Amino acid sequence: MATRIFGSGIKRREDPRLITGKTRYTDDFQMPGMVNMVVVRSPHAHARITSIDTSAAKAAPGVVAVWTGQDITLGPVPCAWLVPNSDLKTPAHPALAKDIVRYVGDGVAIVVASDRYLAQDAADLVRVEYDVLPAVVNPEDATKDGAPLVHDDVPNNISFRWIATSGDDGVNAAFAEAAASGVVVKERIVQQRLLPTAMEPRSAVAQWDQFSEELTVYTTTQNPHIARFILSGMTGVPEHRLRVVAPEVGGGFGSKIPVYPDEALAAWASMKLNVPVKWTETRSENYLVTIHGRDHVEYVEMAATKDGKITAIRGLVYAGLGAYLSTAGPGIPTILHGLMYSGAYTIPNIRCESVGVMTNTAPVDAYRGAGRPEATFLVESLVEKLARKLNMDPVALRRQNLIPPFENGYNVAIGLTYDSGNYEAALDKALAMVDYEGLRRQQQQARAEGRYMGIGVTTYSEICGLGPSQVAGAVGFQGGLWESAIIRVSPVGKVQAMIGASPHGQGEETTFAQIISDEIGVPVADVEIVHGDTDRTPMGWGSYGSRTTPVSGAAVVLATRKIKEKARAMAAHLLEAAVDDIDYNDGKFFVRGSPDNFKTIQDATLMATLAWNLPPGMDPGMEASQFYDPPNFAYPFGVHIAVVDVDPVTGVVKLQRYAAVDDCGPQINPVIVAGQIHGGIVQGAGQALWEGVVYDENGQLLTGTMMDYAMPRADMFPQFELDNTVTPSPHHPIGVKGVGETGTIASTPTIYHAVLDALLPLGIEHLDMPLTPPRVWKAMQDAKAKGGA
Amino acid sequence: MNITVTVNGKRYERDVEPRMLLVHFLREELGLTGTNIGCDTSQCGACTVHLDGRSVKSCTCFAVQADGREVTTIEGMAQGDQLHPMQTAFWEKHGLQCGFCTPGMIMASTAFLKTNPHPTEEEIRHGIEGNMCRCTGYQNIVAAIKSASEHM
Repeated sequence: MATRIFGSGIKRREDPRLITGKTRYTDDFQMPGMVNMVVVRSPHAHARITSIDTSAAKAAPGVVAVWTGQDITLGPVPCAWLVPNSDLKTPAHPALAKDIVRYVGDGVAIVVASDRYLAQDAADLVRVEYDVLPAVVNPEDATKDGAPLVHDDVPNNISFRWIATSGDDGVNAAFAEAAASGVVVKERIVQQRLLPTAMEPRSAVAQWDQFSEELTVYTTTQNPHIARFILSGMTGVPEHRLRVVAPEVGGGFGSKIPVYPDEALAAWASMKLNVPVKWTETRSENYLVTIHGRDHVEYVEMAATKDGKITAIRGLVYAGLGAYLSTAGPGIPTILHGLMYSGAYTIPNIRCESVGVMTNTAPVDAYRGAGRPEATFLVESLVEKLARKLNMDPVALRRQNLIPPFENGYNVAIGLTYDSGNYEAALDKALAMVDYEGLRRQQQQARAEGRYMGIGVTTYSEICGLGPSQVAGAVGFQGGLWESAIIRVSPVGKVQAMIGASPHGQGEETTFAQIISDEIGVPVADVEIVHGDTDRTPMGWGSYGSRTTPVSGAAVVLATRKIKEKARAMAAHLLEAAVDDIDYNDGKFFVRGSPDNFKTIQDATLMATLAWNLPPGMDPGMEASQFYDPPNFAYPFGVHIAVVDVDPVTGVVKLQRYAAVDDCGPQINPVIVAGQIHGGIVQGAGQALWEGVVYDENGQLLTGTMMDYAMPRADMFPQFELDNTVTPSPHHPIGVKGVGETGTIASTPTIYHAVLDALLPLGIEHLDMPLTPPRVWKAMQDAKAKGGA
Repeated sequence: MNITVTVNGKRYERDVEPRMLLVHFLREELGLTGTNIGCDTSQCGACTVHLDGRSVKSCTCFAVQADGREVTTIEGMAQGDQLHPMQTAFWEKHGLQCGFCTPGMIMASTAFLKTNPHPTEEEIRHGIEGNMCRCTGYQNIVAAIKSASEHM
C-alpha cells in the first residue's frame, strides 16, 4: 500500500513560479498598444460637483482621452446581496459620480494616457469645482434625525433593518426572568473599521477586440464568474463574449470579491479606444476606495441564571455600509453575523437586529471572517463579562455552556444546523497544551509582583463553506453557491481539473492535486488544477468564505470518483472480467485475488480514448463533470489561548504566547492548514492591538497610508503553537470543512480578553479596540487615579 | 537622461526621465516583473532588490541613481535551474502563500543574512520588519530564513 498523499505536508505546486518571480500578476501584463488609466477622485466626503474642466488634461502630453461621469454609458454598479424582509434600500451607484460625490475617493473622471506617469500628470490637471456638503461618518450617528443624508432616497441613512430571532416572546421572557432572578450583562462594542490590505493592490487590464467583439478583462478578482456576470450587465457585452481572467492574484481576504467601478471603467475605455487599457491602484487609493471591513457599533446583552447557565443573547448592531452598497455588503452584518450568535454554546433564546447604515465613507464588504469575527467577539465578550459578574473562572463558565459533542447535526435556536462539533475536546486539548492551571498560578505570582499578565481564552464555532444554493436564494444572495469541476485525463494519463473557485494563495493547486492523486493514484506532478479563467473553467462562484475546499473540493472528489468508476469499467473490459470483480489500489485495477495482473488508470484512459474496443454503452474518452451544491454550510471550531504582558509604563502589550487548537475535519495538507491559521491569527491580532481606520468628522481618511495604518510585522509575534482535533463534516464526501478564516475569527477576542484579564486588578471593564499603547496606558492611569491597584 | 544599468549580470542602456522610479524601470522598461509594488510610502518592502549587493527599496530609488551600478532582482537569484538556497528554503518551509511579498522577502532576507549569517529567531524577526506579509503571519518566513542560514 503506497503512502497516502492525503494528509501529507508536501511542498506546494504553486511555489516554483512564485519564488522565482516567473508569474504574472495583473499589473505585470504588457500588451501592444496598451494605455494607462487613472481615476480622478473626489477630495471631499460629500459634495456637489458644480463643474469639471478637462481641457488642460486633454491637452497634456501623451493623453488619449479624458471622460467624466456625464460621458460614461456604463450601467450602474449593482449590489448582489439583497437581504430580504429588511425594507432594503439600494441607492443607485454610478460607475463615475455625475452630480454628487459621497466619499473621499469617489471617482469623478478618468484620464487615459500612454504611460502611468503621464496619466497621473494629466489627472492632476483636471479642474473640478465642488460645493462641499456636510458629511457623516459614524454608523450610529448617521441614523439620527438631522444627520446629513448620504442618499436622498435613503431616509435616516438606513439601508436595511434585518432581524433574526428564535422567537421574540422567548427572548423577552428570558431577559425579564434574568433581570428578576438571574443576571444580565450588557456591552457596547465597537468593531472598528479595518483595511484588508492584501499586499497586491487592485488592478485591471481590459482588452476589447473590435473585430471579434469580445471583451477580455484580466483583473484581481476572487471570483471571475461573478465578475463576468456583473461586468456583462454594466458594459452590455454578452457573457459568452466576455472573458474574465484572474491571473496570479496577490491576496484578497474578501476585498477582491466585489466588482468595483474601476474595472468596468477600464473595460468601457477599452471599448471606446480599441486598445488594451490598464488600471492599477496605488496603495493610497486602495486605502481610500477598496472595501473596508467590519465597522459596527453594537449594543449586546446576555441573560443567564445565577449558576452561570446562559439563557439568552440579544444584539442591536449599527453596521456601517459606506457610501454605496458593495457587491456583498448587506449580507455580512446580517446572515453571516446574526445567525452565529449561539457561538459554541447552547443558548435557547437568540435575537439579532442589524441596521445597515450608509455613511460618507468607503463601501464596506467582506473582510476575513466577514461577520463571524464580530459575532464571536461579542459572544465571548458577554461570556467574559458574565464570568466576572458571577465570579466564576471564565473557562469553567464556558465549559458549562458548550454544546455537547455531536457528529451529525445540532440545531441552534436561531435556525441553523451546525454539522459536527466536539467543543469540549478542543477545550481540553488547548488547556493541556498551555497548562492552563499553571498559567493561572504564574499569573497570581505576577500579580503579587505588580506585573500585568493576562490570559485570554476563546471557544468558537463558525460558519463557512458557503453554501447551499437554496439558502443563498432565501437570504437574498443574487447567485448560487454551488461549484462544479471538470476532470479531464489526457490520452497518456495527465489530469486537468478545471474548477469554478479561484484560489489566490490558499494552495488548492496542491491540495486538490493531492485529493485527485489519492483517489486515482495519478502522481501529484501529473495533475494540473486550472482556475481563474472563465474561458477555461466551468461555472462557479469563486473563493471566499472558506468555501474552496468544502464546496469546490467536493465537486473535484466526486468528479474524480466518476473517472475512477469509468476506468474500473474499462479495466474490467480489458481484463475480461466483471466490473464487480475488479479491485483498486493505488492507481491499479486488478481482478480480486490477482494483483499482479493489473491495468493502470493510464492504460484504461488510453484505451478509452482510442475507443478501438469499448464495452457496450460506454462513451469514449476519460472526462467527468460534476456539480456540487452543498447540503449544509461547514462549521469548523476550536479553542485559542493567548498570554500577554502589559507594560504599565508604556501601555505596550506583548504577546508572549499563543496556542490554537482548530478542527476543520481531516486535513489534506497540514502544512498549508497551519499556514492559513498563522496568517489568520496575525490578522485578528492586528484588529485587537494595532489596526483601525480613522476618518475625521469631515470624512477625511486619516489612516490613508501604511505610515498611519499600523500593519502587523514579523517582530510583533512569538511562535504560534498549533494543534488540532479531527471531527469530520458528516455531509462532505471527504469530511473536510474550511479553515481560512478561523484564525482571524478566534484571535481578536482571544488577545483582547487576555489584555482585559491582565488589567483586571485595575477594575478596567472594557476598552475599545485597537488596544494601542496610548489607549492602554491612559486606561491604566485613569484606573489608578480612581484607586485601582 | 541616458543611463547604463547592469541588471542580473546583463547591461542595459536606456534613456529615462529623471523621475522614473527604479521599480518602474525594472518592471516596465526591462520587463522584469518579478519585483512588485505593494505601497507608496516605502513601508511594505515588496519592491526590495539589491543595488551593488545591498538591499534597497526600489520604489524609493530613482532609475538614474542606478546608473553605472549593478542591480540584482528576484529573476537573478537562481542560477539556471539551480535555485538559491533562500528560494529553496521558502519552498520547503511553506514561507509563501499568494507570493506577492515573496520576491521582496527573499531579496531582503538574503541581504540580511550577509550582515548576520547566523541570526536568532528574534534577530530574523527584526531583520525583516521592513517587509510586510498579509498571508503567512510570518512564522514560516522566519523558519525559511533560519533554514537558509543553515545552508548558506
